[in-house]
Amino acid sequence: MAAPLTLLLIVAVTIRAVLFRSSWAELISERVEVVSPLNAWKRVVEGLALLDLGVSPYSGDVFHETPFMIYLFHFVVDYAEIVFMIADGITAVALYLSIQTYNKNVFRKQKYALESDRYPADCLELLRSPKEMFYIPLKVAMFYLLNPFTILSCVAKSTCGLNNAIIALFILCTLKGSALLSGILLALATYQSIYPLTLFAPALLFFLQRLYIPVNLRRSSFWFFTLQYAFIYVGSLVVITGLSFFLLGSWDFIPSVYGFIFSVPDLTPNIGLFWYFFAEMFEHFRLFFICVFQINVFFYTIPLSIKLKEHPVFLIFMQIAIISIFKSYPTVGDVALYMAFLPAWSHLYRFLRNIFLVSCVLLACSALFPVLWHLWIYAGSANSNFYYAITLLFNFGQILLVSDYFYAYLRREHHLTHGLYLKKKDGTEATLVLK
Amino acid sequence: MGLLSDPSRRKVLTGLLTRLNTPICIVCYLAGIVWFMGLAFEPFTLRTYMSENAMGSTMVSSGERALSLAKEFDAHKRQAYDGMPVEWLVKAMQSRGLEVFTQSFSRKLPFPDENKERYMVRGTNVYGILRAPRAPRTEALVISAPCSPGDSNNQAVGLLLALAQYFRNQVYWAKDIIFLVNEHDLMGTQAWLEAYHHTNITGMEYSPLQGRAGSIQAALSLELSSDVITSLDLILEGLNGQLPNLDLANLFYAFCQKLGVLCTIQGKLQRNDWDTAEGYTHAAQTMMLMVLKQACGRSWGDHGLFLRYHIEAASVRGINSFRHYKTDAATIGRLLEGMVRKLNNLLERLHQSYFFYLLPSLSRFVSIGCYMLAFGLLVVILLLRALDLWVHLGAPALAAVEGVTEAQQPSGPGVLTVLTPVVISHLTGVALYLLPVHLQEMAVEHFPVSETEAVVLTAVAIYTAGLALPHNTQRLLSGEGTEQGWKVLKLTALLYLAVLLGCTALINFSLGFILAVTLVPITASMTPHMPKALSALVMVLLSPAFTVLYCVFIYQELIEAPVSVSEGWMLFLSVISQGILDHALYGSLVYPLLALFIYPCWLMFWNILFWS
Repeated sequence: MAAPLTLLLIVAVTIRAVLFRSSWAELISERVEVVSPLNAWKRVVEGLALLDLGVSPYSGDVFHETPFMIYLFHFVVDYAEIVFMIADGITAVALYLSIQTYNKNVFRKQKYALESDRYPADCLELLRSPKEMFYIPLKVAMFYLLNPFTILSCVAKSTCGLNNAIIALFILCTLKGSALLSGILLALATYQSIYPLTLFAPALLFFLQRLYIPVNLRRSSFWFFTLQYAFIYVGSLVVITGLSFFLLGSWDFIPSVYGFIFSVPDLTPNIGLFWYFFAEMFEHFRLFFICVFQINVFFYTIPLSIKLKEHPVFLIFMQIAIISIFKSYPTVGDVALYMAFLPAWSHLYRFLRNIFLVSCVLLACSALFPVLWHLWIYAGSANSNFYYAITLLFNFGQILLVSDYFYAYLRREHHLTHGLYLKKKDGTEATLVLK
Repeated sequence: MGLLSDPSRRKVLTGLLTRLNTPICIVCYLAGIVWFMGLAFEPFTLRTYMSENAMGSTMVSSGERALSLAKEFDAHKRQAYDGMPVEWLVKAMQSRGLEVFTQSFSRKLPFPDENKERYMVRGTNVYGILRAPRAPRTEALVISAPCSPGDSNNQAVGLLLALAQYFRNQVYWAKDIIFLVNEHDLMGTQAWLEAYHHTNITGMEYSPLQGRAGSIQAALSLELSSDVITSLDLILEGLNGQLPNLDLANLFYAFCQKLGVLCTIQGKLQRNDWDTAEGYTHAAQTMMLMVLKQACGRSWGDHGLFLRYHIEAASVRGINSFRHYKTDAATIGRLLEGMVRKLNNLLERLHQSYFFYLLPSLSRFVSIGCYMLAFGLLVVILLLRALDLWVHLGAPALAAVEGVTEAQQPSGPGVLTVLTPVVISHLTGVALYLLPVHLQEMAVEHFPVSETEAVVLTAVAIYTAGLALPHNTQRLLSGEGTEQGWKVLKLTALLYLAVLLGCTALINFSLGFILAVTLVPITASMTPHMPKALSALVMVLLSPAFTVLYCVFIYQELIEAPVSVSEGWMLFLSVISQGILDHALYGSLVYPLLALFIYPCWLMFWNILFWS
C-alpha cells in the first residue's frame, strides 16, 4: 500500500507546486474563503517583519498567530511553500495511518462479536468485509490531498494547514494508544486555535475504552486515568504557554490570539456565521451574543459524548466538523479536514438520506462564493446580503451533512443490536427516525 | 426539517417527483418562457422612480457656442488627417480654464479588427480637469466624448467644450469635473481608466496620467453627430452585461420629460397603449433588444468600461431621424448640465436604486426578483432531472430505507468512464479558447485567408471537430459503456450545467437565460436510446454556436434591419471575431465562458447521445 500512497503524495505535491508557480497563487491567497485574519500568510509576513525590527509582533492589530508559529517561520520563511506542502503530506499520512489502525480495531471487534454470536442473523449484510476496508485509508488520504479546498488552502499558504497537521498527528497518536503524545499534541492544537479543546472528551473516551476502564463516576480507576490524562494535557498546555512567554518576554499574545478568537473583533466576511450577524448587531448585545455563538462550539460536546461514548473515533469526526462549522473564523481548510474522514464512513452510505441534496448545496455554494463576492465587491451591484445568504446555505449544507452521518451511524448501530428488519408492534415495517 | 427527516413523507415526495418528472419539467419550461414574455406586459412591471434623495430638484442654461466649436474641431480634425487634433484640443481646453493633460497609449491587437479596420493602434487621450471650488477634491465626475474618424461625433466634442466653458463660470461644483476626449473609442477609455486606477489587466501600453482628480462617482459619455437631433437614446449595457444604477436612467428620463426632449431606449420610443397587442409587442421588442445586447457582454458605448471600476455610467446618443420636431444643441446642453448638477449633489455613490433590472421602456422596469423566477423555472428542470437520475441510480440506497435490497458499490468502475469524457471535452474547450489566436500565422501561411478570417475559421473548425469526439472518447475507454455509466455522466453534466448557468445568470442574467432556453430542453431529454440522426440534428441546432447565430438574426430583425442568410453568416463570423477581440482587449468574459465551460458541457451531452 506504500506505492499508491507515494504516488498520491507525488501527484498532490506536483499540483501544489504548479499552482504555487502560477499566477493564480496570489489571487487565491486573497480569497476570504481561503484565508482568515487568523491564518493569512500576509499577516505572518507582517509579524515577521515586526519581529525583525525588534517590535512586538502583537503591537498592531494585524498579527494573530501564536508565538510558536512566528518562531517556526522565523527560521523557515524562505522555504514556506515546502513547509506547507510537507504539512499537507504529514496530515495525509497521519490520517492514512490512523484510519488503518482504526479499521483494524473495528474489524477485530467485529470478529469477536461475530464469534460470540452477538449480531442478529439478518444483519450480516451490514458487516464490513476486509475487501471494502482495504482501500479506505488510501481514499482518506486522497480525499484530503486532492480536495480542492485543501489545495486552495495550501496554495494560499494559510496556516490552517499546519493546524490540521497537528490535529491529524493528535488523532494518530490517540489511535496508536500513546496517551502522553496525544495529550501533548492536543495541548499544542489547543494552543494553536483553542477550539480543539473539545477533542479532549473523545480522546479520553478512546483511552478508557482501550484500557477497558468503564465510564463510571464511582470507580477510582476511571478518575485515576482521567486525572492522569488531564494532567498531561494541562501540564503541556502550561509548559507551551510558558515557553511562549519566554520566547517573547510578554503576555501580549494572549489577548491578541485568544482574545481575538473569542471576541471576534474582525468582521471580514468569511464562510462562517459570525461576521454578518455581529456587523448588524447593536453594540450592547454584543457580549451576550458572542457568548451564545461561542457556546455553540463547546456545548455539543456533552450530549454527543454521552450518545457516542462507545464510538470515540466517530465522536472525533463529529467534533472536528462542529468546530469547523461554528468557529469564529472558519476557512475551507477546516472543512477539508473533516471531509477527509468521509470515506471512513462509506459503509454508512446506504443509511444516508440527504446526500444528494447536501452535495448539490455544497457544490453550488462553492461556485457561488466567488461569483457573489465579485458582484458585491468589484461590480458593486450586489451587496453583503447576497454573500451571507450563500454562507448560510453552505453552513446549512454542512450541518445537514454532519447530522445525516450522525443519524446513519446511530441507525447502523441500532440495526446491529436489534436486527435489520424492524417490525412495529402491529407487525408493519418500521422505520427509524432521529428525534 | 420534518420533510428532510421523515422517511415516509420523503418517499411520497420523491415518488411524486420521479413519476411526474417529465410533465413537471415541461410545465416548468413553458412557465419559464411565458413568465419571461410576461415581463414586458405593463401591469406586471414597476414604474421607475427616483430613489436617491440627494437628486431633488435644481434647475438650470448654455449652448450656442457648441456648434461653432464643433465646426472648428472638425476643421482641425481634417488638418490632422482624421486623427485627433491634440494641440488644438489642449489649447481649447486651456483657454477655458481647465487643467489639461494628455495621455498616449498604444496597443497591438491580437489580430486585425476588420470592422473598425485597425491593428496597430496608437492614440492620445486629452482630458481637462475643472477643479471644484466648493469642496476638497476627493470626488470627481467624468464627461467623455469619443473622437472618432470621419465626420461623426464632432458635435459631441463641441458640446463638451461649450459645457466646460459654461461650467467654469459656475460656483456650485462640489466635485471635480473631468472632460475627456478619447481617441479610438473604447481603447482610449480603457487606457485612460487603467492609468487612472493604476491597474493593467489587458496588457495595454500607456503613459501614466499627469493629473488626477478624486474618486470618480459617475460618468456620462456623449455621442452626437448632427447639429440638431430628434431624440436622445440612452445606452446602459456595459461590459459583461453590467448595468449602471437605475437612478442614472431615471435621472436622464426625468430631465428629458422636463425639457420636452424625445428620449428612447434601444432606439425605441415609449408607447402608452400597453393594453393593445402592438403596445405589448413594442415593449417586448424593446426588452428583447436589451436582453440580446446585455447577453453579448460587450460594451455598447464608452460608458461600459467605467462600470467595471464601480463608476455609474451611461452613454447618451443623439439620433437625427425624419421627424418634424428637432432639438438643438442648447437644449441638450441644458439637459446635460442638469444631469451633472444633480450628480454633483450626490453625497454618496448611487446605490439606492436597482442594479439588476430589465427595461421594457424608459419609464418601466422589471427587477431581479421578478425576472429571476423565469430563469429559476428553467434551471429547476435540470435539478429535477438530476434528482430523477439519482433516484434511479441510487435505487439500492433508497431501497435500503426499507431495508430490502442488497447494497451495491455505486460508481466503482464508473469513475474512469465519467472522467474521460469530462476531461476530453474540457481539453477541446481549451483548444477552442487558445488555438484560434495562436495558430493564425500558421493558418495564414497555408490557406489563402486573412488573419481575421483565419482566427474565426479556426474557431469554427475546432468547434466542428469537437463533434467527432464521442468516437475518440470511446476508443480511449477500454470497456463498453454501461447503462450506469451514461447515467452517472449525465448526472454530473446536469449538475455542472445547473451550477454554470446559475453563476452566469447572476453575473449576466440575459446570457444565462438565453443559454438556458436553448440548452435546457436538449440536456434534460438526452439519452443514448433516442433515434440517433434526429436527436443529433436537434442537438446541433440547439448548440451554443447556433444560439449565437439565432441571436444575430433575431437582433437584426428587432432593429428592423433584417438580413439574408449569407449576410447573417458573415455577421455571425464577425460577431465571433468581435467576441474574441473583446476578450483580449477589454476582458469580456463571454468568449472564455462559452469556449471553456458551456461548449465542453454541451459536448458531454453529445457524448451521452453517442454512448455505446
